[in-house]
Amino acid sequence: MLSIKDLSVAFKTRKGEVNAVRGISLEVGKGETLGIVGESGSGKSVTSYALMRILDAGGDIRSGDVTYGGIDLRAASERDMRDIRGREISMIFQNPRAALNPIRRVGHQVEDVLIRHAQATRQDARAKAIAALEAVRINDAAARYEAYPFELSGGMCQRIVIAIALACKPQLLIADEPTTGLDITTQKAVMDLVGELAKERGMGMILITHDLGLASQYCDRIVVMKDGLIVEEGEPGTLFTAPQHAYTRKLVDATPRLGASIRNLLPPEVRSPEPEHRVHTRPLLEVRDLVKTYPGKAGPVQAVKGISFDIKAGQSLGLVGESGSGKSTTSEMVVRLQDPTSGAILFDGHDIASTPSARFMRHAVRRDIQMVFQDATDSLNPRGTAASAIAEPLARIDRMRGAKLSTRVSELADLVGLPQPLLSRFPHQLSGGQKARVGIARAIALEPKLLILDEPTAALDVSIQALVLNLLVDLRAQMGMSYLFVSHDLNVVRLLCDEVLVMKQGEIVDRGPTATVMDNPSHLYTRALIEAAPQPPEPVAA
Amino acid sequence: MSARSKMILGRVAQAIPVVMGVVVISFLLTRALPGDPAAYFAGPAADEASIAEIREALGLDKPLFQQFFLYVGDLARGDLGTSLTTGQTVMSDLAARLPASLELTLVALLLSCAIAIPLGVLAATRPGTWVDHMCRVLVTAGVSMPTFFTGIVLIYVFYYLAGLAPSPLGRLDFIYLSPPHVTGFYLIDAALAGDWETWFGALKQLILPATTLALFTLAPIARMTRAAMLSALSSDFIRTARAAGLGSRKVLYGYAFRNALLPVVTTLGMVFSFTLGANVLVEKVFAWPGIGSYAVEALVVSDYAAVQGFVLAMALLFVALNLVIDIAYALIDPRIGLN
Repeated sequence: MLSIKDLSVAFKTRKGEVNAVRGISLEVGKGETLGIVGESGSGKSVTSYALMRILDAGGDIRSGDVTYGGIDLRAASERDMRDIRGREISMIFQNPRAALNPIRRVGHQVEDVLIRHAQATRQDARAKAIAALEAVRINDAAARYEAYPFELSGGMCQRIVIAIALACKPQLLIADEPTTGLDITTQKAVMDLVGELAKERGMGMILITHDLGLASQYCDRIVVMKDGLIVEEGEPGTLFTAPQHAYTRKLVDATPRLGASIRNLLPPEVRSPEPEHRVHTRPLLEVRDLVKTYPGKAGPVQAVKGISFDIKAGQSLGLVGESGSGKSTTSEMVVRLQDPTSGAILFDGHDIASTPSARFMRHAVRRDIQMVFQDATDSLNPRGTAASAIAEPLARIDRMRGAKLSTRVSELADLVGLPQPLLSRFPHQLSGGQKARVGIARAIALEPKLLILDEPTAALDVSIQALVLNLLVDLRAQMGMSYLFVSHDLNVVRLLCDEVLVMKQGEIVDRGPTATVMDNPSHLYTRALIEAAPQPPEPVAA
Repeated sequence: MSARSKMILGRVAQAIPVVMGVVVISFLLTRALPGDPAAYFAGPAADEASIAEIREALGLDKPLFQQFFLYVGDLARGDLGTSLTTGQTVMSDLAARLPASLELTLVALLLSCAIAIPLGVLAATRPGTWVDHMCRVLVTAGVSMPTFFTGIVLIYVFYYLAGLAPSPLGRLDFIYLSPPHVTGFYLIDAALAGDWETWFGALKQLILPATTLALFTLAPIARMTRAAMLSALSSDFIRTARAAGLGSRKVLYGYAFRNALLPVVTTLGMVFSFTLGANVLVEKVFAWPGIGSYAVEALVVSDYAAVQGFVLAMALLFVALNLVIDIAYALIDPRIGLN
């Protein structure tokens, strides 16, 4: 149905031309689901924008053929392309809330497409738009029709985006990272919905994703892209269990999965034995009946409803939950960025909850609790160098100055594996993995006893995530730190944590040693989370 | 009551303390003016005794707080005092002159928006082309030239050389009679009276000063429109709309432009307020009987009642304007007032 031959796409940038896609060929049959897997910069999204001819300014198809059902999409006029987009080929995107017009009712956005492709008239547009919303299993579609995107959850917004894409019954759907940024159970619901609808309508699909597990679960055939080239193609079973290309193998290895240890994520040639970390019986952090209440429009909202837990010295505790579960609020209270409404936080026996967060920076234990943030880019000052970011806690809390400070900064860079020449660079000159290392170096600069890690690898590619997770394991063994590891990714938590807490709606619903909780989940919700997480097939040992 | 109308009512309530603050400040500000109004009023030949007499008549000998209560009391009755220079009540002076300034400013802004917004949109949809460059040149020229200079150049070219414009002397050439006073806006009053000859006469007088002001206000509006359109056009939802096959008109106007309007409305409010204050020079150049020239004359001679009236009127106007902008914002953007 769709055939791409030798497609090349180049972008004009200030630094000259960048070849984003360098001669790829692929085909999608009727009713087939093709997965395009690759890390950021592999050209997987650009390929789809190129075939839809919606490349950003500066992007240009250099060579190759794109044919869809006998039509040459490269030669088609812009007018014909507009008829094809949305009616023959549709797209859904990541970050569904941003993908919708923020100041237009979602129902009207569905209508716009229906009217554009003459699938509805002004008279019956409303009824047809509501039918399109019902087709993506939206309850009470007539009420949702009136809503604005900001009034809906992320998963609901993605359903609206899908409704817009499928309203005119296209033959091919391109899903570009459709579940990035969604909770794991929402991801499953959205992917199941798209899969079912594709099957029902005999619709072909291209699923673009960085998640191997997701691709292998939902695709009939997968191509792996790297640096604008297709490096391997095959059925999910064989591709992942017996990868031929070195890059595919590296990707498969780096994906956290059942039965793999944290060192297994690294390429075999750099695997060293996993260091042991000692867990003491003495508790480092004791949290008792912690409550956080926010004033809401419709009365107070309890974000955290009286939870208690301990972290022993040297222990790593995983805190798992979906958005709105209160896990971030909890971690922010522990690191004392927020004041609890009630309850106690004992650190090394001191009650640190009694010091207001505004004054906590002068507290004696401030240096012992540090945090690594989720977004490595946003958590660094864009006008400060890597060295100045790492130096900041040393200069502020230890009053370190001059040569002593710069020596310590280089030591820390070595410790986190950041090459020395990069220290003078600014955040925009560093890669995602390098920025994550800067963030970690800054957090461990004062040799804290407790490190709070708030989804530190969520924005990273899997191969970089593998390196960062292994770095965290090494640092833990070397420095004897305790971790509070906040994550939505159960596979990552399983690799790193001794014990795990599962939070839902402000309460701890499940807890215990990681292996016990994950292998024999006692709570229904834990089971739902584990089942929703896509599992990549086991690779065959090389 | 809907959340939005509740928000609007709340916003109106917020304006009340601001108005009270304005009353206090306008009072204190004018008392701080240098010079003795009583001495000025009495004239150069007056002796100590007659100055004291006048001071007493004006109530200037009383303690400050007592003066303040008298002032507030007068204000409540709509009495802003009498101007020392014109001899008229300040209220009637303002009623005659404020509409002149407002008419000039509003016409200038309409003109400015009619050019700047399409220009900004065009420049944003074709970045790097000649339209974009022309926009940049026009915008830079507009802000770099002071209004009195543009005004004089326009008079020189269109009145003196080309003879197209009428003489730059006020709101209406002497051959016309002013239209019957209804709103004080000559264009509206003449239209209400059905007197189209006067209407055209008033319009002809307006064109040059309005163009002068419009050239000056073009820049911020065009630049903001361009920037807002550029950022709206690079949003994810524009990509969604394009991927759904929506036509370029729908994408541009239905999706991008409405989102870009939000910052433009904010800028418009700011531009309106500074224009209303800054058009003194234009009024002087075109002998426009507006509120700006009135205030400057009053200030020079310590005519405190007139200055006070001016400050109060302008402050109230700004408060009302901000209110309108906020409400317009809430009407365009459904997210405001709910989140």
